[in-house]
Amino acid sequence: MMTATTAMTDYNFAYLDEQTKRMIRRAILKGIAIPGYQVPFASREMPMPYGWGTGGVQVTAACLVPEDRLKVIDQGADDTTNAVSIRRFFQRTAGVAVTEATSDATVIQTRHRIPETPLHEGQILVYQVPIPEPLRFLEPRETETRKMHELEEYGLIHVKLYEDIARHGQIATAYAYPVKVEDRYVMDPSPIPKFDNPKLSGNPAIQLFGAGREQRIYALPPYTEAVSLDFEDHPFVASKADHDCDLCGAANSYLDEVITDNHGARMFVCSDTDFCRVRREDGYAGRLGASQGDQ
Amino acid sequence: MLDASISPLLSVQNLSKFYGARIGCKAISFDLYPGEVLGIVGESGSGKSTLLSCLAGHLAPDTGKVIFATAQGPKDTVLMAEADRRRLARTDWAFVHQNPRDGLRMGVSAGGNVGERLMAVGARHYGDIRTQAVDWLGRVEIAADRVDDRPSAFSGGMQQRLQIARNLVTGPRLVFMDEPTGGLDVSVQARLLDLLRGLVRQMGLSAIIVTHDLAVVRLLADRLMVMKDGHVVEQGLTDQVLDDPQHAYTQLLVSSVLQV
Repeated sequence: MMTATTAMTDYNFAYLDEQTKRMIRRAILKGIAIPGYQVPFASREMPMPYGWGTGGVQVTAACLVPEDRLKVIDQGADDTTNAVSIRRFFQRTAGVAVTEATSDATVIQTRHRIPETPLHEGQILVYQVPIPEPLRFLEPRETETRKMHELEEYGLIHVKLYEDIARHGQIATAYAYPVKVEDRYVMDPSPIPKFDNPKLSGNPAIQLFGAGREQRIYALPPYTEAVSLDFEDHPFVASKADHDCDLCGAANSYLDEVITDNHGARMFVCSDTDFCRVRREDGYAGRLGASQGDQ
Repeated sequence: MLDASISPLLSVQNLSKFYGARIGCKAISFDLYPGEVLGIVGESGSGKSTLLSCLAGHLAPDTGKVIFATAQGPKDTVLMAEADRRRLARTDWAFVHQNPRDGLRMGVSAGGNVGERLMAVGARHYGDIRTQAVDWLGRVEIAADRVDDRPSAFSGGMQQRLQIARNLVTGPRLVFMDEPTGGLDVSVQARLLDLLRGLVRQMGLSAIIVTHDLAVVRLLADRLMVMKDGHVVEQGLTDQVLDDPQHAYTQLLVSSVLQV
């Protein structure tokens, strides 16, 4: 049994061969040159099922250098299955250092969250994207959606928001909330909660999006404007659960709701585990934080 | 009668479309003036739908010009950039399909369907969009409380009326209709025709209606073109053509209508 820290030497650095990484880097560079544009690329079979982050893994593999420090999160957590497997995959195939601290990482692969700690210049945030096309569920034809992007025909994306308001009285889309990038391309920010949408815009880090099954890569270069779409009389709201974190007491972080027994008792905790841990180490405590934080 | 100084809204010159060696439609020329309704009749395979698709920009014709009087003056829609043509298609033009399923988004509510064109031209105020949608549903005789229902919950006649509302909401100047009453029973047809006639007169629309139903053109069209095998065999004022057909095929067509 190989331990997590033993690097494998049978594969090329970071699993993919150099020609493949070169192909992916070309797609990434094109994506950065045209923010929000979906660049097709020859996605490879990866040793994990589609839907587990094959797109993100390929982008990360193409970005990694031996000096990098990698952080992998899944729904904000460093310790869930997806995050642990991908982190270990790169420890073994690339031998890179890993970390759980957001500010120490140089490359962060994420599934469905942007870390609470603000990113800084020089960092790369890699998103795993299931369906890159924001218009897909309204317009099933790929030829037609490409044409709509080409000609900037984005009326349809507002039809989706209209339907939300007509049915629910408000824009009920809570994740994968569409944004318009630099007043040009409408982009699906991957299924991050819309609470994270404001962090997309003007972010100092490079943000890369990889969709393995759909074979698309797109990107937001540093300090790119990304505006969440809305109506004049129903403006965009970056919503979260109306509670404080029960462990660290944070009032401004995105929360997960956890059912704690069979009688419906529940607690709200930061979905970003690193953010929550650092706050508790700094002495902050929430409603249940004193008893659980010391364990 | 038409004033000689009025320039045509749509001017078609020597339009041809071939499918390989076969003729789709050949050497079609006509002018359509503002407020005029032109009927195109002919049997299946006579090229009338091909012609309509070429006019509406869905197909690229092989030869000829389709000159439309845009707000910036007459422009050949065949040569114009696709972005401009598609902008015309969602502002100045409307296209009513024979099957409402082709023209509607079946997974989107009636209000969303009507509002789509508004949002496509930049409307970003939910309340205004909804008010206009309800207003237009009223104009096509769909009750306001159906605004949040999906078209799949509508009858065929209602779907067709919804498609018309969806197309006319942005106030187009030219409407292309491909068999608008096809597949509807006669009483629903009659209501739809009544509605269409009212809207065309009220809004001063120009329209090109392709149909094989002579009763439809008798009611709606000012002028008539009869097509056979991709060629126009006869054209003239509707009553003139139907009451005194000159070409053998037109005579056959007129005499084929069942009298009840």
